[in-house]
Amino acid sequence: MSMKLKDLLQAPEVLGSGHRMCAGCGAPTVMKLMGMSLRGPTIVCNATGCLEVATTIYPYTAWKVPWIHVAFENVAAVASGIVEGINAMQEKGRYKQEHVDVIALGGDGGTFDIGFGALSGALERGHDFVYMVYDNGAYQNTGIQRSGATLPGQETTTSWAGKAEPGKRQRKKPIAEIVAAHRIPYVATVDPFHYRDFITKFRKALEVEGPAFIHAFSPCPRGWRSESSKTIELARLAVETGIHPLYEIIDGEQYIMSGPSKSLKELKPVDEFMKLQGQFKHLFTPQWEDFRKQVQQQITADWELLKKKCGVE
Amino acid sequence: MSKKSSEIPMAGNILEPGNAREYKTGGWRAERPKHNPEDCLWIKNGTCALCCIFCPDNAIKLSEKDGKFLYAYDYDYCKGCGICANECPKSCITMEAE
Repeated sequence: MSMKLKDLLQAPEVLGSGHRMCAGCGAPTVMKLMGMSLRGPTIVCNATGCLEVATTIYPYTAWKVPWIHVAFENVAAVASGIVEGINAMQEKGRYKQEHVDVIALGGDGGTFDIGFGALSGALERGHDFVYMVYDNGAYQNTGIQRSGATLPGQETTTSWAGKAEPGKRQRKKPIAEIVAAHRIPYVATVDPFHYRDFITKFRKALEVEGPAFIHAFSPCPRGWRSESSKTIELARLAVETGIHPLYEIIDGEQYIMSGPSKSLKELKPVDEFMKLQGQFKHLFTPQWEDFRKQVQQQITADWELLKKKCGVE
Repeated sequence: MSKKSSEIPMAGNILEPGNAREYKTGGWRAERPKHNPEDCLWIKNGTCALCCIFCPDNAIKLSEKDGKFLYAYDYDYCKGCGICANECPKSCITMEAE
């Protein structure tokens, strides 16, 4: 696959202009990078979430590829149905395309929590499709409720911060590793700032036989109370602070750390990521100083463990 | 924007892919990006292009014509988020009040 800049810029867009995602949202950039890595005819299945709601407000659609919207919980099931439907029609000689890629898209709510059963089932059955989650850390579309992807210390409308609570207390689900435990051929974490790494991994995910899973980080200025211009900067900081390290897992066993994470000599303090966001503001008061240190310790410990798994010193 | 009932397709189907182009989101903008071509790496030698890659609204149009590199904003769709100004490695883009 050509990774020349000029070829990337000429790739046909999958999500056109005129969609109504918030100014500075990370998800359209993630979709654009996904579009740059496609290799031919593609069907996109989209679970309910910001992306679905804001790109297809009737009577408009911003999508330029075949696209289906399904309920919050069953996007993986619908994608597997499409894959098997195409296979059956090909056997009967009623389908003209030689190969069609099927992509399932879900937000973090639709993947980490609600759609997890359908996702796990589809992975176990082993259909040939790619599942991508764009992770913005809460149910941003319905009004910023906490999800399994919400970071510890994050303030949401169902985990308020104040004198009694520092926001969400629990950890974030390690979804990439949970999915990899299904022993599927390919799992990767990606980030829009490192766009070449993103495109290479997504293409790899399309090319493997069997299910593949991509965990994309997608900052949300509205829910995170950050400036809309800082979206991509936050995505970069998430990698540099170890909140969203970049790695691949092959066949559920072999961990490979990717270039941008591997070249980090030392993690930046997590404060740098938090300072840009209003949702972590309370952690910088004296009362929650200790909690912030705990979060930092947790992230450092996870990072050390990941380095050990990847065999990186 | 509004259509007569006879112009709406059967069952209200949307027949044209990407017809959200008819909905101009440029009206959301509070700040307008302004491009200064002097230091721009795209204008200079056709590299970088980070602004175009990161733009969520596909509102930056980069093109090449007769060996020259051209740069344009599509103000119909730019929501003025400022990602391009923040990410430009040469600080060529500034945000100005509308």
